[in-house]
Amino acid sequence: MTLLNNPFKALLIVGLVTAPTITLAETPEEKGLRIAEEAKASDLGWQDMQAEMNMILRNKQGQESVREIRMKSLEVESDGDKSLSVFDKPRDVKGTAFLSFSHPVGADDQWLYLPALKRVKRIASRNKSGPFMGSEFAYEDLSSFEIEKYTYKFIRDEACDGGECYVVEQYPVDKNSGYTRRVVWLDQEEYRPWKIAFYDRKNSPLKTLTYHDYNEYEGKHWRPNLMKMVNHQTGKSTDLTYGSYQFKTGLSDKDFNKNTLKRAR
Amino acid sequence: MSTLTLKPWVFLAGLFTALPAQADTYYEMSGKVTADLRYFTQDAQFEGQDYDTNLSFTVEPEFFWEWNDGTDSLTFTPFLRVDERDSERTHADIRELSWVHIGDDWELRTGLRKVFWGVTEFQHLVDVINQTDAVEDFDGEDKLGQQMINLSLVRDWGIIDLFLLPGFRERTFPGEEGRLRAGVVVDTNRAEFESGAGENHIDTAVRWSHTLGDFDLGAYWFHGTNRDPKLLARDINGQTVLVPFYEQMDQLGFDLQATIDSWLWKFETIHRDTRSENFWAAQAGLEYTFYGIRDSAADMGVLFEYGWDQRGQEADAAIQNDIFLGTRVTLNDAESTELLAGISHDLDYDSQSVIIEASRRFGDNFKLSIDGRFFSTDNPADLSYSIRKDDHLQLTLERYF
Repeated sequence: MTLLNNPFKALLIVGLVTAPTITLAETPEEKGLRIAEEAKASDLGWQDMQAEMNMILRNKQGQESVREIRMKSLEVESDGDKSLSVFDKPRDVKGTAFLSFSHPVGADDQWLYLPALKRVKRIASRNKSGPFMGSEFAYEDLSSFEIEKYTYKFIRDEACDGGECYVVEQYPVDKNSGYTRRVVWLDQEEYRPWKIAFYDRKNSPLKTLTYHDYNEYEGKHWRPNLMKMVNHQTGKSTDLTYGSYQFKTGLSDKDFNKNTLKRAR
Repeated sequence: MSTLTLKPWVFLAGLFTALPAQADTYYEMSGKVTADLRYFTQDAQFEGQDYDTNLSFTVEPEFFWEWNDGTDSLTFTPFLRVDERDSERTHADIRELSWVHIGDDWELRTGLRKVFWGVTEFQHLVDVINQTDAVEDFDGEDKLGQQMINLSLVRDWGIIDLFLLPGFRERTFPGEEGRLRAGVVVDTNRAEFESGAGENHIDTAVRWSHTLGDFDLGAYWFHGTNRDPKLLARDINGQTVLVPFYEQMDQLGFDLQATIDSWLWKFETIHRDTRSENFWAAQAGLEYTFYGIRDSAADMGVLFEYGWDQRGQEADAAIQNDIFLGTRVTLNDAESTELLAGISHDLDYDSQSVIIEASRRFGDNFKLSIDGRFFSTDNPADLSYSIRKDDHLQLTLERYF
């Protein structure tokens, strides 16, 4: 009786008793989804972010070219993020800016600003699989992670650079994705991705992305300073380095519209 | 050299009150220099045009200052072209000299600026604020800086832009030594105006633009000097010249783009009311893109547009009943290799023109382009008849800094 005088405690006990059975009944698909949900939840609340992105593109011969981009993003509750990116290099596209309202399901809204013509163009967002700025990163590799974009399957636990990792397969829902699946290594402590193996539309190994030099911001938001993408089919690679991360700078909806796109620079 | 009537009071008054304490100012300079060589494949039609090649250079630096945490900025973009043959094409302009102040949900933009409106590719019908710098190219895409005070308001129901345009820029025209011109040279020193205020008439415009789901739309009203002059034949010292005559106009414009999957549906229309005419015109079309052709990174877009003008063959516009077909290939490689090819067909005059534009980046700071333009008409009533011998290839090298 003493136990039941507090309904909360009673609930807890029922939970403790039934929880193991739930875990036992969990299929690999359910576990994969649960890990994705926990990973997403662990990073919620970042509100807004600003960072500088630097890409070094290398071809098979080792020739390099550089891309410099500054970006701002806004966390949007119950929808995808908003982001605004400005290109600094190469110099012929300096001032070109890109505004994106992403959605977990369906097409993203995207606009491009061309400074030479002072023209804002709404562009089709169907091109998820296309290369971003000639790099080995596709647009879909750089868009925000949303639960609804994939179905999941837990594969195994495995040691990784981040300690002990969950290995989960993710199957893109969007038929326009360039991948049949991605295999993702997430550490069990903080749900940080350490490696992603991409398989092309024919299910052949295409690219491998590795994450390096994580830092923690605002007590819970882990961000890598370096992401290395290697294309196994072409021998090309792209290093993406991030710098000057800033969180909770007070950005709002007002910072993401066609007027801010035109003067993004 | 074109004359530039900058009205310093337009923005200096406000600027000086907002001027920065030096330490907080961010300054940046960038820009480009270009060299282009045109090769004309046919002998010229008119006197003064007796050459096959033409070399030309441009320089366009951009100076930028920002202060007050980015809420105030100043941009200065002078432009200079030096042309081997055409003294009218050798010209300078201030493309931009403007101060922008950013408020919470508004922006005030003051000075010489460029504004683009519209969605279609082969004609920019609704684009009305800036005068065309017609000596640059005959496609009408190069514009002169326009003096303006532009208040832009961001609301939940769209963006409202209010324009006060103090003063008018006259269109540039090729001189006697220029190709890609009419048989009679336009004497820009003798421009005439309907308004007694001449080039000092203060024009006004208001535009609303908004995004509703897959649709981006805009509508405006413009009241002021028509950017498109009537060309009147005048006898000056026994010689016939064309003189630009600028009427007053009221113009309503509307533009719409629907972005659905791989399709872009585009529509622009205007209604123009001047002393001499009153008409509708429209440009409409679609663009479909094939992504990742043959499992490569390359995309290919296919464009189709139709241009119509209510005045029909009476129109002094080149596009009155014309269809356009084009393709855009982007390799999405590290060098940003691109190709655009298009053909237009005039259904009234049965004439064609072909454009090809290809470009590629070299190294970090160079870009090389090859453009080709070819014209075919045998009807003297067609406006393109006077440039039918001006088929050319152009090689352009751009150096960015």
